Amino acid sequence: MSAVLAPASFEELAEAVRSTPRLLAVGAGTKPRLSVAGVDVVKLSTAGLRGISEYDPSEFTFTAAAGTPLREITAALAERGQYLPFDPMLIDAGATLGGTVASGLSGPGRFRFGGLRDFILGVRFVDGAGRLMRMGGKVVKNAAGFDLPKFFVGSLGRFGVLAEITFKVFPRPPSALTLRLAAGTLDAAVQILAGAANSRFEFDALDIAPREMGESGVLARLAGPAPALAAMTREVFARWPGEVLSDESAELLWISLREFRWTHPDTPLVKIALSPSTAVALGETMQSLDGALWHLSAGGNVAFISLASAAQATELDESLQKLSLPGVTLRGDAPLWLGPRARPAIAQAVKHALDPTNRFPSLDDQ
Amino acid sequence: MSAVLQRLAAMMPPSRLLERPEHLAAYESDGLTAFRARPIAVVIPETPEEVIALVRFCHAERLPFVARGSGTSLSGGSLPVAGGIVIALNRLNRILKLDPAQRIAVVEPGVVNLDVTQAATAHGLHYAPDPSSQSICTIGGNVAFNSGGAHCLKYGMTSNHVLGIKAVLATGEVVVWGGPSREFVGPDWCGLFTGNEGLFGIALEITLQLLPRAECFHTVLAGYRTLEHAGDAVSAVIASGLLPGAIEIMDALALEAAVAAVHAEYPPGCEAVLIVELEGPREVVAADRERLDRIIAASQPVEARPARDAAERIAIWKGRKSAFSAVGRLSPDFIVQDGVVPRRRLGEALRRIGEMGRESGIRVANVFHAGDGNLHPLILFDGRESGALQRAEALAGRILEMCVEMGGSITGEHGVGMEKRDYLSAMFSADEIDCMSRIRSAFDPLGIANPGKMFPVSEAPALQHHGLHPLEKAGVISRE
Repeated sequence: MSAVLAPASFEELAEAVRSTPRLLAVGAGTKPRLSVAGVDVVKLSTAGLRGISEYDPSEFTFTAAAGTPLREITAALAERGQYLPFDPMLIDAGATLGGTVASGLSGPGRFRFGGLRDFILGVRFVDGAGRLMRMGGKVVKNAAGFDLPKFFVGSLGRFGVLAEITFKVFPRPPSALTLRLAAGTLDAAVQILAGAANSRFEFDALDIAPREMGESGVLARLAGPAPALAAMTREVFARWPGEVLSDESAELLWISLREFRWTHPDTPLVKIALSPSTAVALGETMQSLDGALWHLSAGGNVAFISLASAAQATELDESLQKLSLPGVTLRGDAPLWLGPRARPAIAQAVKHALDPTNRFPSLDDQ
Repeated sequence: MSAVLQRLAAMMPPSRLLERPEHLAAYESDGLTAFRARPIAVVIPETPEEVIALVRFCHAERLPFVARGSGTSLSGGSLPVAGGIVIALNRLNRILKLDPAQRIAVVEPGVVNLDVTQAATAHGLHYAPDPSSQSICTIGGNVAFNSGGAHCLKYGMTSNHVLGIKAVLATGEVVVWGGPSREFVGPDWCGLFTGNEGLFGIALEITLQLLPRAECFHTVLAGYRTLEHAGDAVSAVIASGLLPGAIEIMDALALEAAVAAVHAEYPPGCEAVLIVELEGPREVVAADRERLDRIIAASQPVEARPARDAAERIAIWKGRKSAFSAVGRLSPDFIVQDGVVPRRRLGEALRRIGEMGRESGIRVANVFHAGDGNLHPLILFDGRESGALQRAEALAGRILEMCVEMGGSITGEHGVGMEKRDYLSAMFSADEIDCMSRIRSAFDPLGIANPGKMFPVSEAPALQHHGLHPLEKAGVISRE
């Protein structure tokens, strides 16, 4: 990545934005498709904006600079028995907090308590006019002003450059247990997802991993006090036969999913928002895409698809349009947006409000 | 009838267009009764198409409108605009879809909060946000003000449960964001819209996420000699790594009110009562309750009373949820404040509120969401006494400034509305308010959607209408 701007303070960041007519912020570049932009767009690296500025475990909140690697944050939280329940992705790959917010990427744990959007509390950012501002707050509950922090989730840096972000965190459950529940077909597996999601067990994650797609098993994670999990597991198996994964293999499996280690290396990786009722139809599309792999996450609400070739993007796009499922390409050579795409006038108007001179690329840039 | 009213009358049958003073009186105020304003008319649409037509009419006529559900806003959010109309949404009260397999409900804005949970109960599901007014407040109002409730620490606010929104914006544009998925792609438009305080437009259809009802609860009520002891107990619970569904505190005055109103019974001689509730699968609750009971016992309560059955649990919550209205028995009038402080500063905040109350000679009852630092000081006054409201408001203002100074917020869940608009600048800089104001103008360039709310008077673009409305100046409309 040829980042030419690398501010080391928020003031430098604001100055860099003011003095650069066209720019886009990048973190560690772990989702490179999101920061593909025209040749006139200067990349601004957030690597110099690093560190946790506030963390008081008793408040269940922390504040960190946008360029802080996730691994620094998860390590600091783990030391105090806390975590980000939405399972931030690409930690080992070096993903930053700001890039994670801008990409709107949550992992399997988003199933239980919600996604990244449900834990972001406040942001400091620089808008297109070069103004360093705060929105939201630093306390776990706040209803003052418009909820711009949420709006920045998934906004791909097109409305401003994130400088600093405040999150809510939770105490980490004392133990976790991963079960593999058997299912003959994808249809049966999706039935299990729905049944398990509505059950009394309050699963922490409900996923279908890529290597389960052939035999269609469901990965079901329980989290809580160890004796409770052991007791619940017996009842889970009485309803959905399966096996308990060893701690070691469970950890490897979740890390593989978190880091996208299961994907083809250079081909398009696409995130899709869906609901359990459309998962089977998406499965039919996947069967027609020879060699493509996918991970169905968050109880059937998110799919990550690794295409076998860039050429498959067209077919996937057509299928997503038919199914009315929106997708975004995280890496590889494919259109940024896939599936249906509304362009309401309000989107342009809000873009103009935050970035009157189009300093940042447009969301419509392909 | 003025010209604009005549044109409006052509759109609505007479039974659903209220314009006589005796009919308008009921809409002049909301949950914040200190303010009153009379609209020129109240219209009662029955379909989303009618709402869209009305908003487009207002846009064409540059006529201010205020959307209203049950009018329970405690920040004056649904206070009418003099010279404008009120669009009452109570008849858009259909639950359009309840899909237990996907755990979602699609509802119209006039659906009452509790009705969603009641419809979901048959499927073992519930809608988590539970403002104290949940038996009458509507989802449309909850979305507009990002309402909270007693379970926000664990479950978040309304925004965390809104998956999709179809809305008509103040420009007349109809948009659809999100849908049945719990995930989304692109910027979080539903997140931006939720909490807009009626300044962007009107939600027509809202997709809500439902959650399985917790199988098991363990609710403990513990009385303490002092508020500080209760606060220390909260800190100990939080430090233990437990994640209770709710942590609430009521002070002596609030307890007195609850006793008088619903005959709640509390341990005698307590300055504060703490309520902590665990919830989840029975095995998890069984393991966690042992830890909680140990923590509470170690916190030196005067008495700790775990609810032994569902009836006792309901009684505990009845006392807590009735506290606001119960305080009304102690005083002819009161203001409910809604500031937030960092949890570790709760004790200090309460001490200072007590001192400020004594200095002003005003009684303040405290009921608050201790788990998330959300205070609800109830400032008691007698509106018939000259200057009493002003003194109460001055105290409320000092409390808000204290919350901001401590690193908190002027509002946890009631919204800024009319009441706290002048305190927005205590929390946000001029640039930040300008930024929000620009966003507001993107949604509502004419400033016709709920003008006069959220923004400080001098900065609010809509308040160019302050004083005489242009239509009033032109003799098109008039106040009575």
